Amino acid sequence: MKQPEPLQIVKERRDGALKALVDSVPYIEFMGVSFDRRGDELTAVMAFDPKIIGNPVLPAIHGGATASFLEMAALIELAWQRAWGALEEEKTDVEAVKAAGYLRLPKTIDFTVDYLRSGLPRDCYARARVNRSGRRYASVHVEAWQDNREKLYAQATGHFLMPRLDVDG
Amino acid sequence: MAEISQDRREKIAAQFINALPFCAALNIRLESMGAAEASMSMPYDKRIVGDPETGVVHGGAVSALMDTCCGLAVSLHPESGKPTATIDLRIEYMRPAKVGERIVTHAHVYHVTRTVAFVRAYAHDGDAEKPVASATGAFTFARLKKDAS
Repeated sequence: MKQPEPLQIVKERRDGALKALVDSVPYIEFMGVSFDRRGDELTAVMAFDPKIIGNPVLPAIHGGATASFLEMAALIELAWQRAWGALEEEKTDVEAVKAAGYLRLPKTIDFTVDYLRSGLPRDCYARARVNRSGRRYASVHVEAWQDNREKLYAQATGHFLMPRLDVDG
Repeated sequence: MAEISQDRREKIAAQFINALPFCAALNIRLESMGAAEASMSMPYDKRIVGDPETGVVHGGAVSALMDTCCGLAVSLHPESGKPTATIDLRIEYMRPAKVGERIVTHAHVYHVTRTVAFVRAYAHDGDAEKPVASATGAFTFARLKKDAS
């Protein structure tokens, strides 16, 4: 009987690929955004920082900071899903996934943000759902909330151009 | 009368924009103002890069610039009586902005109802004829009370 792969190896491969993807984008670090992983599911987290305030009177998070956060969540989810497929099927390492072009980020065609509630001075969470992902185009929906998962403070839909993979030939 | 001169309106708006922490973080600068329109710009910065392969600025930073500019244009509308908030904003990215170039945006309010302002904006990186992005948005709007007395 074939031995299952040790858990530690599987985790290292998955976390390594996610880290390589996220760490490559300077703006993600600038915005204080990180990604929690549970299996293949990602939750984007934007830690509150006074610099993302857009209305000092309320105070409320700047709409542009929220838009940035949602767009990052959508882009990383899209790239992550494709990379995940390669990681699982080929059981390959991070370097091979990178060399094949899986860690290249899609390009945003358009992005529409719905502001449902003002962003409170707290941490924000977002999850993206890929509704359609073809070889060329993808459509993604993102939901963001703060204290209460049921009360979204913003949502967005965007269309993206998928980067070419070197394995496409 | 609750009439406010355009001059006074622009002074208040400029103070407001310059006090926004997120605009300061992105080094957003006010370029010009008019009735129901505004222009702003944001310098290139390595910290706001979204595509490490090309060095192009992240779309989110461009949308922050355009959102701020649209909101300012609404508050510069001659009939605007209250601070505004974004209801929705759609951005289209036409091409990547040039690496190292300042991004300039211009927004104008093209229609207002009693409660909503409709805004359009364009962004370019030097040549206004070749936009890098366009935006369409709906913002909350409250008209000035005519004469309360």
